[in-house]
Amino acid sequence: MNWDAILANSLQAALGPEAIVYCLAAIGLNVHFGYTGLLNFGQAGFMAVGAYGLAATVVTFGLSFWLGLAVGIAATVVLALLLGIPTLRLRADYLAIVTIAAAEIVRQLLGSQSMRDVFGGKDGRQGFTDTFRALSPLSGEVDLGIVRFSPFDAWVTLVGWSLVALSCVVVWLLMRSPWGRVLKAIREDEDAVRSLGKNVYGYKMQSLILGGIFGCLAGFILSVSRSSVVPDNFMTDLTFFAYTVLLLGGAARVLGPVVGAILFWLLISVLGNFFGQATAGPDPLIPPWIMDQNQSSLVRFIALGLALMLLMIFRPQGIFGDKRELAINAR
Amino acid sequence: MPADTTQGASALTDVAHEPGAPKPDPILVTDNIVRTFGGLTAVDVDHIEIQRGAITALIGPNGAGKTTFFNLLTGFDQPDTGAWSFDGRDLQGVPAYKVARSGMVRTFQLTKALSRLTVMENMRLGATGQSGESLLRAMFAPLWRAQEKANTERAETLLRRFQLDAKTDEFAGSLSGGQRKLLEMARALMVEPELVMLDEPMAGVNPALKQALLGHVKSLREDGMTVLFVEHDMDMVRDISDWVIVMAQGRVISEGPPEAVMRDQRVVDAYLGAHHDDTLSVEDEERIIAQAEAEIAAGEAQEGSR
Repeated sequence: MNWDAILANSLQAALGPEAIVYCLAAIGLNVHFGYTGLLNFGQAGFMAVGAYGLAATVVTFGLSFWLGLAVGIAATVVLALLLGIPTLRLRADYLAIVTIAAAEIVRQLLGSQSMRDVFGGKDGRQGFTDTFRALSPLSGEVDLGIVRFSPFDAWVTLVGWSLVALSCVVVWLLMRSPWGRVLKAIREDEDAVRSLGKNVYGYKMQSLILGGIFGCLAGFILSVSRSSVVPDNFMTDLTFFAYTVLLLGGAARVLGPVVGAILFWLLISVLGNFFGQATAGPDPLIPPWIMDQNQSSLVRFIALGLALMLLMIFRPQGIFGDKRELAINAR
Repeated sequence: MPADTTQGASALTDVAHEPGAPKPDPILVTDNIVRTFGGLTAVDVDHIEIQRGAITALIGPNGAGKTTFFNLLTGFDQPDTGAWSFDGRDLQGVPAYKVARSGMVRTFQLTKALSRLTVMENMRLGATGQSGESLLRAMFAPLWRAQEKANTERAETLLRRFQLDAKTDEFAGSLSGGQRKLLEMARALMVEPELVMLDEPMAGVNPALKQALLGHVKSLREDGMTVLFVEHDMDMVRDISDWVIVMAQGRVISEGPPEAVMRDQRVVDAYLGAHHDDTLSVEDEERIIAQAEAEIAAGEAQEGSR
């Protein structure tokens, strides 16, 4: 058993682009669910719209990378309005149903044959990161002791974590303000907020847009880090993993998604590497009649699920949550 | 402004004791408000005027449509037909949050304390016109800090008045039922309303706190506010209201000062049924006994056949 390799690989995963993507997506969900109580199950849709907005602008229409970013954000705002206008006046569960369906519609549409000229069908779009690569001041491999990044990965990681830091500052500034107080009050009871003269519908819409934009940033990082977008990157499990990250770190806490994302990828990677090594070689630690090498990559998800169950049982408020808050019956 | 308030209430002495009676200085006027749920007509109120500066009680048996009427007036529900105005402004089709902003603030029968916000945050939320509640300005604290401080001071004064100052930093969810009622009332006052509408302020409140609550409701009138409340507690109605409106089966059946209303035959009938105090005649008694005996016999026969 090579513990050094396990540690190195796991830290790499916990700090790498993948963790950043989930972190940003979870920051968006934190605004939606953690602070406003909006059950958005379509974060993958917001990410897809952002990523494809960027990719299609650059590849299909040959316009600049920066315009692509603007298009991605604009498309996210439009999606939020489309989802919000019909559903935000209704009860919270309607939004959940509509968003999960909308995310799938977006994914199917982006991968559809009839829109192949624009979005590239199932193959998606590649080759839109040249501007981003050219900006990188890093040349040569970045070695942080046990963790080692290729120049491009290091650049993505640097930009990504900067975005995460910026997002956290924005969320922190907003949530300590009277605006954030209205959101938290809506989470508790929107009729009470209405009775005090606040336009609840308007605030929910603002929250949906803001959280969607964080999802859009996650989509940018995802597409840029892989230098490609394909529809299958944006399946519904992406949203559910982002929720897992959020709950792991603690909802309605500014740093919850950050800690959640790092821990989530650390856990997944440690388990994956451990089971991988334990089943490898001619005389594996775990005998083949229990599991073989192929099964080990699936077993990590089983173990992860178990770990999450234990967390929810013994620390239901997440890492950062306040148990006192949880003890209060929400209604 | 004690002179004004006595005027508000005492001006009611000359008002006729009948449904829809015109008041000398109405703050709220409603006409022809009808709300049906399928085949059920929950509210069908022709004309009501609420006197400014007075405490008006809205009473009636369960299912009379009092809370529905409240919801309609405050924009939480839309009537099928009807028009109503508050302080001369037409409120038809106006959304709930704008009704509240115009100075007509309500509380709820099932108290809506915002559980996972502290008592102070609950209070601050009530203040209107906060510049920090706009998304663009919210991020820059210097733009709203002064206003927040002023609101906090106002909230502290109110919390002291409602004896909640010891709970300032606790979660509202940790308060007792009665304290939540107090908090909800104090929070409504943060909006600086002209008309306070209380939906069953005494429900679930222990007797000791009841007296305090009564005092608080009276003090609203002394501060120049108008109060309209729904209540089942007759002691409270008798004790503090200047005027009582009685609803039954969606309609207003009686209006007047508390003593007059409680003597009103229509009101007694609505609460206790129309024939509750008719004396039984000998024939009636015999008929009832015969009916009962027949039922017993039928029951025994059934038992025997089994």
